[in-house]
Amino acid sequence: MFTSNPFADISASIPPTIMQTYVVVMILLVAGGTLFDIVHKKSARYFFNHWQNAKDKGTRQVGGGEMVSLAIQTALVEGVTSGEFCNAQRRIAHLLTMYGFLAYVITTAIMVFWYPTPATPTPEILPLLWTIGALMVCVGGYWFWFFIRVDVAAEGNSTFRLVRADLFIVSLLVSVTLGLIWALVQTAGGGTWANVFLGLYLLATTVLFGSIPWSKFSHMFFKPAAAFQKRVEQANGSRRNLPPPADSPKIYGSVQRQPQNY
Amino acid sequence: MPTFVYMTSCDGCGHCVDICPSDIMHIDTTYRRAFNIEPNFCWECYSCVKACPQNAIDVRGYAEFAPMGHSVRVLREEEKGTISWTVKFRDGREKNFVSPIRTTPWGSIKSPSDYQVPNPDALNSQELAHEPDALNIDALPALTPDQLKQGVV
Repeated sequence: MFTSNPFADISASIPPTIMQTYVVVMILLVAGGTLFDIVHKKSARYFFNHWQNAKDKGTRQVGGGEMVSLAIQTALVEGVTSGEFCNAQRRIAHLLTMYGFLAYVITTAIMVFWYPTPATPTPEILPLLWTIGALMVCVGGYWFWFFIRVDVAAEGNSTFRLVRADLFIVSLLVSVTLGLIWALVQTAGGGTWANVFLGLYLLATTVLFGSIPWSKFSHMFFKPAAAFQKRVEQANGSRRNLPPPADSPKIYGSVQRQPQNY
Repeated sequence: MPTFVYMTSCDGCGHCVDICPSDIMHIDTTYRRAFNIEPNFCWECYSCVKACPQNAIDVRGYAEFAPMGHSVRVLREEEKGTISWTVKFRDGREKNFVSPIRTTPWGSIKSPSDYQVPNPDALNSQELAHEPDALNIDALPALTPDQLKQGVV
């Protein structure tokens, strides 16, 4: 299972062009769904209005070089290491899920486009990374779902209560879990069960990528933008209207004059 | 001055849900972010504002001191033991307030769960749970039974 390309194994029954078309359709759904989300929720309009407001309130101009430096810092801290999380457990779970998902999606695309049949032998590292990525998603995702999710940890709701905010994590976990089961059954000999799990896997994957306007999938595009905006506001002095650090308060205490006695 | 949440800053950690004494800070079912479900019931204790690690919770000031277009924001700095408030008025004026949060280091106060569970007999004591240790004194003055009205002890 770990070193066998499951997509090449089914190329006899499902032509590679159909698998490749499916992947392209999923990519288009992500792009289209995100654009629809931006227009429908007016996220971009809010972002640029907020950007302009922060610029007007700023006490200093942020130059091009500094902007690039802030973008790099955002990419390294908030993007690569999920530094915005204050809870260490959430951060680790998010990193596991994020990097697992990236490894899983990228290796899926490579295997489907470059090694679609047994005639083009797949390097063993690709299915291995695919499996490791899927397992990382499962570890981080199920940990988050059962123990860390704020609905359960802070609100005290049942672990199995489903709301719209769960659409992304549930469809992701179901898709990846079914993918792993399908790959296992397929490697073990295939048959009817392999087809059943393949059908369920494709259904869950379509829900994952097709439900972007209603799910939290697009947070992976919005969150870095919000984190970058936060850093720019800190740099230009507007500080999201927050008080300056307490080291050098302009006024310490409530009033400068003596209180009057009435 | 009821509180509200900037959804783009909130990361859904649940600290405000845990700390709100009025139980009106909850997690919304669409984005899994915090929101004030009933501003009318807000006690204005600002526990959530101060507890938010993302500075995502803001306050709507009363019209008497901060007319429309204002902003009231708070920054808690645990390591310095300070809490700072900034009120920005729509005409550009700004007022800053800084106050000490406490006199002991952050995290040095024991949680109630760290103390031993009181014995049921302690109900007959004149002292509250964990007194006098929790008051950092050796003993509290106590009345003897003959000094009390009959039937009290």
